[in-house]
Amino acid sequence: MATVFLPYALRKYADGAEQVDVPAKNLRELIDNLEAAHPGTKSHLVEDDRLKPGLAAIVGHVATRRGLLQKLDPDTEVHFITAISGGML
Amino acid sequence: MVATYETKTDYKVIGKSPIRHDGLDKVTGRAIYGGDVKVPGLIWGDVLRSPHAHARIKSIDTSAAEAMDGVFAVLVNDDFPQAEDKTIDTGEGNVNLRRGQSNVMAFDKVHYKGHVVAAVAAVDRNTAQDAAQAIKVEYEVLPPITDVDAAMADNAPVILEGLVGDHLGENVENTNVARVFRHEFGDVDDAFANSDLVIERTVSMSMIHQGYIEPHNATAIWAQDDNLTVWSSTQGSFGVRSQVAGLLHLPESKIKVNYVEIGGGFGGKTVVYLAPIAALLSRKAGGRPVKLVMDRTSVFEATGPAPGGKIRMKIGVTNGKITAADTDLMLEAGGFPGSAVGAAAICVFACYDIPTSRITGYDVLVNKPKSAAYRAPGSPQASFAIETVIDEICDELGVDKIQFRLDNAAHEGTRRGDGVQFIRVGLEECLVAARESDHWQAPLGDAPAGKARGRGIASAYWMNGGGKSTCDLMLQDDGTVMMNEGSADIGGTRTSIAMQAAEVLGIPVEDFHVSIPDTDSIGFTGVTGGSRTTYTTGLAAYNAAQKLVVELKGRVADLWETEIGKVEFADGTFTANGDSIGIQELAGKLDPTGGPATSTSSVNLAEAGNAYGVHICDLEVDLATGKTDVIRYTAVQDVGKAVHPQYAEGQIQGGAVQGIGWALNEEYFITDEGAMANKSFLDYRMPTSLDMPMIDTIMVEVPNPLHPYGVRGVGEVPICPPLSAATQAVKEATGKAYYELPVKPGRILEATNGD
Repeated sequence: MATVFLPYALRKYADGAEQVDVPAKNLRELIDNLEAAHPGTKSHLVEDDRLKPGLAAIVGHVATRRGLLQKLDPDTEVHFITAISGGML
Repeated sequence: MVATYETKTDYKVIGKSPIRHDGLDKVTGRAIYGGDVKVPGLIWGDVLRSPHAHARIKSIDTSAAEAMDGVFAVLVNDDFPQAEDKTIDTGEGNVNLRRGQSNVMAFDKVHYKGHVVAAVAAVDRNTAQDAAQAIKVEYEVLPPITDVDAAMADNAPVILEGLVGDHLGENVENTNVARVFRHEFGDVDDAFANSDLVIERTVSMSMIHQGYIEPHNATAIWAQDDNLTVWSSTQGSFGVRSQVAGLLHLPESKIKVNYVEIGGGFGGKTVVYLAPIAALLSRKAGGRPVKLVMDRTSVFEATGPAPGGKIRMKIGVTNGKITAADTDLMLEAGGFPGSAVGAAAICVFACYDIPTSRITGYDVLVNKPKSAAYRAPGSPQASFAIETVIDEICDELGVDKIQFRLDNAAHEGTRRGDGVQFIRVGLEECLVAARESDHWQAPLGDAPAGKARGRGIASAYWMNGGGKSTCDLMLQDDGTVMMNEGSADIGGTRTSIAMQAAEVLGIPVEDFHVSIPDTDSIGFTGVTGGSRTTYTTGLAAYNAAQKLVVELKGRVADLWETEIGKVEFADGTFTANGDSIGIQELAGKLDPTGGPATSTSSVNLAEAGNAYGVHICDLEVDLATGKTDVIRYTAVQDVGKAVHPQYAEGQIQGGAVQGIGWALNEEYFITDEGAMANKSFLDYRMPTSLDMPMIDTIMVEVPNPLHPYGVRGVGEVPICPPLSAATQAVKEATGKAYYELPVKPGRILEATNGD
């Protein structure tokens, strides 16, 4: 079971919860299961079958570069934050 | 999952400071920069820039320019391919195609003074300049918006019409705030209500420029078969390729970007300005090579400064421990969305272990040049805000400023303000090193008559980058190594990358010849930026060297007619069954075993493992004039492992000086009309070597578990602490607090009011 730290803007879909537990083997499954449990979340996270531009997923302690393919350990935590950018358009 | 390493400690190459591979070319003037590019048939381009900060373009008449002798092409925005209002990932970050085109050349409005509205190509530079000035543009001048307060005011004129802002997940129209986001954990208001001491301040700072010496430039040839060749001063050739491909709707495989040396970038050369214009001018001019070089005024007025803005900061403390923190980060994006406020939000509370916090970020459009990255983008502003309040808390509590930071320091397991948990970090080690330093232990000393002295201290954080990099190794018959790597060389990265392969192979780094090829000749490699290069491209070099060793073990087994599993490799020597051969001797014996031995490695890494810096600044204030002189400065930094200590030290010193300039002198002085008044290096006051004392450095080495040698990024975090360290030193000297940067003589005199 992964622990998802919900971005502030998505907490309204989960009754204000800061974090929710979601069963998933990889990031794609996690987002699908998150959407099933908390409808409305997926469109904020995925676009054209990939993480939305400008969004980074932190799995465990570091940003993953594998996108939706990222495998998840059973007790890992997942964050969705703004991708680091110095100011692209 | 992420690979972690047990860090080595016994090195043959790492930790030495060999002479850089590009040193001779650079000191003798042989190195080729973008401005040096000459190709047969070269013609010159120039642009016409808006004299207004905010205006609607009513008409453009190019007929006079087109009729001039020697003019080959005139370009307006209609000549660009129709761009969708769509954001693409260039591999270097995201670019909204329509806004990207519009920043390169205005569509229907100009968003800042200096915004390009048209371009020409002509037989020589003078003709191009004259032709550009012959273009007639009719404007409807609009009121300029020059700060975040004006931009966020009710009924403020909208700069980017059609922008739909994302405000905490809600779509908002008719706004200059492109994005509002928040990180919040715990009941912040309740935590403040239960804190013994709460201090809240609002700080502000001006836009400032990276101030690289070499101006932007580009040369392009659009061939008849639609293959495009580009030379451009950039921190990443592949970034130029990606952006040009996106903005001009070209396949990336049609574009070759040649590497040229770079005369400074500091983040500002990650964005294209001239390359798409040079390319389209070349196409319109029948495939003639077209070159454009900016002047300094254009660099200041129209290329990405670091955002200015305003930050509200509130901190609560109980029994010497921070209990709550809340901040609003309002940063200027410039004329189009996309400031560094996201990164600022990651960094702002990262030096402290804070149980309850709220961070709200605002990306705010103003009629100033589109902001770009500048060395740890967003973190210096954030550091200034929180360290200003922390300093006041320490004063209020009467506690030692290092001890308070140690008592509240982020450490392994601490969560940043965005919720992400730290792996091993070295802030506490930096604070201890600062406390034990000669500088901190030494008395400040008495100031001469008419002057006052103060000491400031501040800490800061930068997360460091990872990303994509490629390195190729080719072992030569004589035992030397040809190395290709894709990172633009800034600060000696050719050498720091080669050293990591040399350490693996046991070959002296002096026996490496390092090249940075064009984009046709090396795998994708991201920008030299984000403090990523020595870490990421260095790890590609390390991996390539490891692969080469595996290849060579097979060759040795073949030569010695033994099993590969019996071949060992250590310290540059292969051994098996009592025989041994050095790698450089082996290189000359490879023909019968399959010929050349080569290897390549590409990586795509997560971030580089967090950097912390703690700086101490002593300065003197002339009480009659307000002039400040830094008299002693020490920068402490966790570098993970200094691959090339002299370069690492140079990065720290350079970053510190840039931060001191940000604190004390540098600013975009904007007139009521939205124009930058100080658009030359005479009036834009950057510190020089004559202004600065030696910047002492203390490099702390807490190995990064994500790298086999423990490397972390080095180049960015040192620009962050000086903003507050210098400001708090002025506070101690004058007895007055300062909340607006720069702390220039006029502000000091205003604050002291003749005290």
